[in-house]
Amino acid sequence: MALNAILVVILIVGGSALMSWPLGRYMAQVFESAGTGRFDRAFHAIAGRPGDEAHDWKRYVFAMLAFNMVMFTLVFVLQATQQFLPLNPDGMGAVDPTLIYNTSASFTTNTNLQHYSGEATYSYLTQLGGLMWLQFVSAATGIAALVALARGLAGRAMGNFFIDVQRAAFLVLLPVALIVAIMLVLLGVPMTFEGAASAMTLEGLQQTIARGPVAAFVTIKQLGTNGGGFFGPNSTHPLENPSFWTNCIQMMSLILIPMGCVWMFGRLIGRIRHGAVIFAVMLAFLLVKISASVWFESAPTAAFADLPITQDVGNLEGKEMRLGATTGPLWAVLTSSTSNGSVGAMHDSLNPLTGLMPMIGMWLNATFGGVGVGMINMFLYVVVGVFIAGMMIGRTPEYLGWRVEAYEVKLALFSLLAHGMFILVGTAIFAVTPWGLEALNNTGPHGFSEILYEFTSASANNGSGFEGLGDGTAPWNFFTGTVMLLGRFIPIILPLAIVGSLSSKRRATESTGTLSVEGGVFATMLAVTIIVVGALTFFPAATLGPVAEHVIASN
Amino acid sequence: MLNSVITGLRISIASMVICVGGYASIVWAVGQTLTPFTANGAILTNESGQIIGSRQVAQAFTRPEYLWPRPSAVDYDGAGAGGSNWSPTSDMVRERGTALVAAHGATPDNPLPADLATASGAGLDPHVSEAAALYQAARVAEARGVPIAQVEALIRGHATSPGAFLTGDRIVNVLEVNLALDRM
Repeated sequence: MALNAILVVILIVGGSALMSWPLGRYMAQVFESAGTGRFDRAFHAIAGRPGDEAHDWKRYVFAMLAFNMVMFTLVFVLQATQQFLPLNPDGMGAVDPTLIYNTSASFTTNTNLQHYSGEATYSYLTQLGGLMWLQFVSAATGIAALVALARGLAGRAMGNFFIDVQRAAFLVLLPVALIVAIMLVLLGVPMTFEGAASAMTLEGLQQTIARGPVAAFVTIKQLGTNGGGFFGPNSTHPLENPSFWTNCIQMMSLILIPMGCVWMFGRLIGRIRHGAVIFAVMLAFLLVKISASVWFESAPTAAFADLPITQDVGNLEGKEMRLGATTGPLWAVLTSSTSNGSVGAMHDSLNPLTGLMPMIGMWLNATFGGVGVGMINMFLYVVVGVFIAGMMIGRTPEYLGWRVEAYEVKLALFSLLAHGMFILVGTAIFAVTPWGLEALNNTGPHGFSEILYEFTSASANNGSGFEGLGDGTAPWNFFTGTVMLLGRFIPIILPLAIVGSLSSKRRATESTGTLSVEGGVFATMLAVTIIVVGALTFFPAATLGPVAEHVIASN
Repeated sequence: MLNSVITGLRISIASMVICVGGYASIVWAVGQTLTPFTANGAILTNESGQIIGSRQVAQAFTRPEYLWPRPSAVDYDGAGAGGSNWSPTSDMVRERGTALVAAHGATPDNPLPADLATASGAGLDPHVSEAAALYQAARVAEARGVPIAQVEALIRGHATSPGAFLTGDRIVNVLEVNLALDRM
C-alpha cells in the first residue's frame, strides 16, 4: 500500500472517529433532556397529542410503524403525480407503478436501492420533497429506535417515538447536514433549480448536461446512511462529487453518525466503556476490510494482461481520476459497512475479491452499520455472544444485569438468520429463473455475483449495487422492495421486543462471576460470534461468486 | 390508530417545511451567492455566449488535434450518466482495450496509460492523468503543425494534484486543455 493511500485512510477513518466522540456526547444530551428543553415544547406542539414519555416497546413500535406508513404513502403519491406538479423543468413523466413501489420502500427503509436514474426519472420536487425528505426522516427513525433500545436497557421506559424522531431529525441530522452541505456547495457541488443545460461541444455535438439541487441531496444521502444519489452513478458523477476534497468530506459524512451512535448508546446505557469496546470491535473489522480491499484493488485490470496497456496503477475501470486511487475500495468498504450504499466507484467493475469486501460488509451489517440500526444489529450479536459465553463458563448469561434466556436468544437469532434467508433464498430464485438471468450484464460467476449483491444490498438496507444488473423490471422491483421492508422492520422490532422482555425481569447486580462487557474477553467473544453467525452463513455463496471469478481469472 | 396517523402527518408536514424547504433554500442561497459558477454546474460559454459544455463534465473528442478523454460507457451523455459495469476480468473490457490500443497506436514499448483504456464510473470523467495527456501530445502537435514541446508545456501547465500530497498522480482537465490549444 502506498504511503499516500495509508494517509488517506488515516485521515478519513481517524478524523471521523475523533469527531464522533463529541457528536455522540451531543446526541446523548439531545435525547436525555426529556420533556424539558425549549425544543421539546415545540416538538410536542408539532405532534399535537403525542402521548407521554413512558411508552413501552409495543407502543413505541406502533408509533414508528404508523409514521413510516405515512412516509411511504406520501412519497408513493408524490411519485405517482409528479407529472402534474411543479418544480419539473425537464418535464419528467409518469413512473411505472412497480418502480414507485420499489422506490417508496427503498427510501422509507433507509436503503436507497435505485432501480432508476435520478436525472432521467424524477422531477426536482420528487427528488427533494419526496426522496430527500425520506432521507431525513428514515434516518431519524433509525436513531430513534436505537435511543429506545438504549433506554430500555438502562431500565427506563422507552420514551415517545413522535418526540424522539423529531429530536433526531431537527437537532441531530439537520444542523450537521447544514454545515456539510454548505461546505460541499462552496467546494463546487451544484445547487440550482435550473433545468438541464444544452451545450454545443467544441467538436459541434449536442450535449445535454443534467444538473439540479445536488448539494443538499448529497449531504443527507451521506449523513443519514441513505446512499441514494441525485444522479444515477452516484458520487462517481463529476457534478455530485467534483473534487478530491468533496470526496473526503463525503466519505467522512458517511461514517460519522454511525460512529457517533455507538458513543451515544454507551452514554445512554450509562456504560461508556462498554460502548468503547463495541466501537473497538467495529473499528477492527472495518480496518481489516479496508486493508484487504485497497490491497486487492491495487492489482491491475485482469482483462489487459497481455495488451500494451500500463499495469502499474491498479484497476481503473469504473473509477474517477480526480478522486485518487484509494477512493474506490475505501468508499466501497465504508458504504457497505454502514448500510449507506452510495458509491465512489462502480462496484460491478471492482476486482473480484475487492467486490467481495462490500458483500461481507453488508452480510455482517454491524461494523458501525446504518444510523441507529447498525448499533441495533450489533446488539443482536451481543445477545447471542453473551448467551454462548454464559453457556461456556457455566453461568447464567447476563447482559447489563438482565438475564438472557432462550426467548431472547431465539428472537435475536431469528432476526440475524432472517437476513441470511432473504439473501440466499432470493438469490437462489433469481439465479435459476429468467427474472435474474435475463437481467445480467456479465456472465459466469460475475453474473451470479450481480444477483447475490442485489439481494444482499436489499436485505441489508444498503442500496449499492453491481449496477450492470438490469434490475428495473417488475419482478426485481417487487421482490427487492418487499425484502427491503422486511429487512428493515424485523431487525428493529425484534430487538425492541428483546429489550422489552429483558427489562421486564428483575435486574441483577453484576458480580465478579459475571462476564464483564468491558474487556478483551468480551471483545473477542463478540468478534467470534460475528464471524460464525454473520459470515459463515454466506461462505458457499461467496465461493460461487467472487472467489470463483478470481480463481478463474488468475488461471 | 387514527391519532397516530394524524400525528405522523403533522410531523411529516413540519419536517418537509424545515428539512426540505428551509434546508434546501439556505444551501441554495449560499451557493448562488458565493459560488454561482459551480452552483449552476460550471457551465462554460464561448465569446458569443453559446454554451459549450461544463468544466466538470467530459465531452466527446475524436479529432486528432484535440486531447481525447477517457472512454465513456454512455457516449458522454450528460443527461444519462453511467459506467460500463463490466467485470475487469471480462472479454468486453479486453475488446474495448484492444480497440483503444489501436486508436492510440500503443505498442509494447510505448504502452497506453490505463486510464485511457478504462471507462470511468459516470462516463463523464473530465480528467485524464498527466501521463495520458502527454501520451497524446505527439498526435496533437502533428495535427496542429506546432512543435511537440509547446503542446507538452501547455499540458504540464494545466496539470494539478487533485489532493495535494495525498494523491500520487497529477491530472489534467481535458476540456480546459483543448480550449487552451484552440487559443494557442
